[in-house]
Formats: sequence, C-alpha cells, structure tokens
Amino acid sequence: MGANLFNNYGEAVAMILFGIGFGNLLLQSNLIKKIIGLNIMDTAIYLFLAEKGYIAGRVAPIVTDGVQDMEAYINPIPSGLVLTGIVVSVSVSALMLSITIRLYQRYQTLDLDEISFRLKKEGL
Amino acid sequence: MDFVQNFPAVSILLCLFAGIISSGLKKNAARFLNRILLLTELFLNGCTLGYVLRTGESYVYVMGKFPAPWGNEIRAGVLEAFIALFFCIIMLLSLEGGVKKLADEVEKEKTFLYYVLCDLLLASLLALVYTNDLFTAYVFVEINTIAACGLIMIRQNGRTIEAAARYMIMSLLGSGLLLMGLCMLYDLTGHLLMSNIKEQIAVISEMGEYRIPLLVAIALMSVGLSIKSALFPFHAWLPDAYGYSTVSSAAILSSLVSKGYIFLLLKIIYRVIGFELFCSSRITDILFLFGLMGMIFGSLSAIRENDVRRMIAFSSVAQIGYIYMGIGMGTQAGMTAAVFHILSHAATKSLLFIAAIGLTDVSDGSRQFIKLTGAAYRNKWAGVAFTIGSLSMVGVPLFSGFISKLMFAQAAVQNQMKMLPALIVLGISTILNAIYFMKTVIRIYTPVEELKYEGITFKNMKIYAAALVCFMVLNVFLGVSSQPIVDLIEQGLAMFS
Repeated sequence: MGANLFNNYGEAVAMILFGIGFGNLLLQSNLIKKIIGLNIMDTAIYLFLAEKGYIAGRVAPIVTDGVQDMEAYINPIPSGLVLTGIVVSVSVSALMLSITIRLYQRYQTLDLDEISFRLKKEGL
Repeated sequence: MDFVQNFPAVSILLCLFAGIISSGLKKNAARFLNRILLLTELFLNGCTLGYVLRTGESYVYVMGKFPAPWGNEIRAGVLEAFIALFFCIIMLLSLEGGVKKLADEVEKEKTFLYYVLCDLLLASLLALVYTNDLFTAYVFVEINTIAACGLIMIRQNGRTIEAAARYMIMSLLGSGLLLMGLCMLYDLTGHLLMSNIKEQIAVISEMGEYRIPLLVAIALMSVGLSIKSALFPFHAWLPDAYGYSTVSSAAILSSLVSKGYIFLLLKIIYRVIGFELFCSSRITDILFLFGLMGMIFGSLSAIRENDVRRMIAFSSVAQIGYIYMGIGMGTQAGMTAAVFHILSHAATKSLLFIAAIGLTDVSDGSRQFIKLTGAAYRNKWAGVAFTIGSLSMVGVPLFSGFISKLMFAQAAVQNQMKMLPALIVLGISTILNAIYFMKTVIRIYTPVEELKYEGITFKNMKIYAAALVCFMVLNVFLGVSSQPIVDLIEQGLAMFS
C-alpha cells in the first residue's frame, strides 16, 4: 500500500489538491476564494488525467519525423479530455466571476453569508 | 438503416442551432422559433418512440464515422424516447403558462435571451437522455448547469443573483465529483462508451480486482449527481432559486433540470455499472437514508414557510427524496416507481408553480398566505388547478401522485430490510404533505367579505388557462391510465441492460 502510494505520487498529489479545492469551494464564504477553490479542484482532475495518460519514455502523440509506430506515443485520449475539461472550466469560471461582479456592485461585499444576511434584512 | 433512426441526433442538433439562431433574433421571433422547435421536437421524439416500440429493441446511432470503441454514440430505447417526449411536453406547457409573467418580470430587450437559454437547456436535456458516452454526458451536464443558472438570473433582483451564485457553487461541487468519478472509471476500464465500460467492469469484478477504486468511482458519481439534483442535505440553494425566479424558470428547473440528472444517474446505474453490482455496493443504502430524511425535513420546512412559492419549492425537496428512496431500495420495482415519480412530479410541480402565480397575481402580487385568502374565487382556473395539484401531491386516487405513492409502497413491501422505515416515512410524509397543501387549499377557498379585485375570467388569460388545463389533463391521465405507462417504463428499463 505504502509503496503503491509512493510510486503513484502524481495521483496522490492530484487527490490532495482535489480535496483542497473542494473544501475551499464548499467552505469559504468569500466568493473569489470559492472560485480559486473551483479552479484548484478542476486543475487537480486534469493533473490526475495527465498522470494516468502518461507512459514513461514516450512522447506526445504528434507525428514527427514520420514515426508512425504506436509504441512511440502516449495515450492521446486523456489529453483530449483535459482540453475539453479546460474549455468547460473556463466558461464556468467566467460565469461565476460575472455573478460575483453583479453581487459586488449591489452589496459592496464579496462575503456570501453577509449578502444572504442583508437580503433577509431587506425582506424582499 | 431506417430514416427514423436519425431523429434523436437531429433533435439535439436542431435545439443547438435554434439556440444560436435565436441569439440574433427579436423577442417575438425568438419566441416563435422556440414554439416551432418544441413542436418539432414533439414530433421527432414521438416518431422515435413509435419506432422503438414497433421494433421492440433499442438501437445505437454512431455519430461521425468512427466505430464503437473510439467514436461517439447515441442510443435510443423506449425509456429514452418516452422521457425525451415527456420533457418536451412539460417544457412547452411551462413556457406557455408563464409567458405573460415573463413579459412583466424580464426586461424587454433581454427576453430573446430567455428563449436562447431554453433552447440550449432542451438540447442538453435531450443529449443527457440519449447519449451513450459518459464524457459527452459530462459536457452536457455543464451546459445544463449554465443554462439553468441563466434561467434563474434572468429576472434581476438581489435574491435571484444570490440564488444563482449558490446554485452554481453546489452544481460545481457536484460536477467536480462527477468528473472525478468518470476519470477514475476511465482509468479502470479504458473506455468512455457506456456499453464498453459495462463489459470491462463485468470482467474486472469477476476477477475480483480493483474493488475499492471501483466503489469510490461509483460513490463519487452517485454523490455528484445527487448533489446536483438537490437531494436533502444539499438543497440550500433550492428555495430561493425556485421561489424568486420567473415562474416558467421555476417550473422548468423543478420538473426538468433536476430530473435530467436523476435520469443520467439511472442510466449510469443500468448501462455503466450494472444493476446488480450497484445494488451490492451498499451505496443504495446511503441514497435510501438521505431520501427518507429529505422526505421528512423537506416537508417540515414547507410547513414552516409563510410564502407560497417557497413552500412549493420545499415540497420539491421532499419529492426528490421520494425518488431517491425508490432508487435506494435496490429493486426493480423501486426503480420503476422512481421513474414513474419523475414523470408524476414533473407534471404536478410545474402545474403547482403556474397555478400559484395565478393566485398571487390576484392578491396584490403578494405571496404571503394571509393575502391569499379567497384567491381561488378571484381566479377560478388557478384555484381549481392548484387544488388538483395539491391533491395529486398528497396522493389522492385519480391523480398521478397516488399511483407513485402506491408503487413506492408496493416496492417497499418486496424489500424485507427496508420495508418498515420506507412505509413509516411514506406515511408520515403523506400526512405532512396533506397538512401544508390542504392548509393552502382551504385558505384560497376561504371567502372574504368585500371583493376588492376584479374576477379573472377565461377570456383575458386564454393561453394561461389552456396550459393549466393541459397540465391537469396530463396529471389525471397519469393517474387514471397508469398501467400502460408503467409497462412502458418496465420495458424501457429492461432494454437498458
């Protein structure tokens, strides 16, 4: 178990980062810190995928010098998944940031709990 | 290959293109395009349903030129086509019922955006229903989330923006977990297509390897999707999002968006992991437990609520609890009951939201209970519709809610371990439902002395009344002729595996 953990240290780091990001997104009350947490969480998943797709001693799957042999390249699918994931995470972060700007313009604070408190007081 | 087999793919692409075209159109043109689109979707999905019923087997449609292990696929069976058809009907009726309110609450120059969001939402829902590829499902889950967030936010006030922020945060937590689960599953099996993953998982579990990683992957995906569909402890965003957004959004969110995720979870259970393996993994027990808690706590919160829209929203928490209780039973009967409740809740909850808006409109626009006294006399159609919706939610025979409660009870009896808690909580929850819904119905039928408001008749709200009538007919139809639909669901679930 311990040896496995050490051999796959990339995956272990990815999991720890995922936990950190998840905790931040869930528990922070500052919206910007939440978004940072979201990005850490997503990046951890990409690290995990990249780590899983990599095969030691091989290169990225771009054909150069006419080498067509499959054994020369790493698995391209995780890289494709990472690219798709990045697109999704960029758009989601942009949306979150725009919501944050709206809320800041209305309430002059980034603290989500504070905003909820004020909304209750307004009694809208 | 028959021509009809193209229809599921075409229906998804049509929605996407309609969304793109609508973004360049004026308000009325966008609305017109949206209606044409929804009617076309009804036709296309109806044809698909007819086709799969006639052939009696599901089919796989290859997207692009690459065959199975590499390419992307769509799969259409009885249940997929039926759910897609049902989603289109509910969306059409919800939009028609709320169209007048939409014009009041949303700025004129932004109304076309509402239809863009609706088109994209429908595209993502159909893709979730039809896809055979897990990663495609993930991408469309995110599109669904973004579109739903827009639907909440389109009515601009502090409450909705805060609700949208909370909704996004919870959804992102859920989709993070889902993505992690998918990646782990990909690492274990080396595939992304559902049928290929299932074959590999069968091989792995037969060899007895990777027990824990497989369990973790299943748990991550189930928990992620249940967070996104607002299962009990993760429902904090729901009352504000449903309570303050414009009424069509509330109806669409409660009856379609959360159901789309639950349907994806069902697909993952049957088509990816395999029903037996999922049930033996004990995750069903956790879903069962949280479902039961949701049934009670959702109803308790609804009883305490003083605002009619928020009360209906809290009732959604309880109903989502019912669905997860059905899934958690881990039997075929439980699953069938859960799918039936998806339909029944979708038909009832959107009816309630749209009826409630008719009642509040004739009460100075106030949503407080005290102001609603006698509202049913001022708007007769909405009063009748709200009463029917309430009766269905409580589970009175003739309406759809009764059948789903009956099916849950029958499913519970078949499961020795879970019979007692399920039946007890079902009973308690029904009583709690009756308390808060009947309280509202009695209040809206309590006569008031002076009639300050003009009564609203059929003439000045034709579309609204027609939408309500359609919803009521749908509700009674589900309640009266449930057997063919249950047969359909059973056939569809059998086709899944």
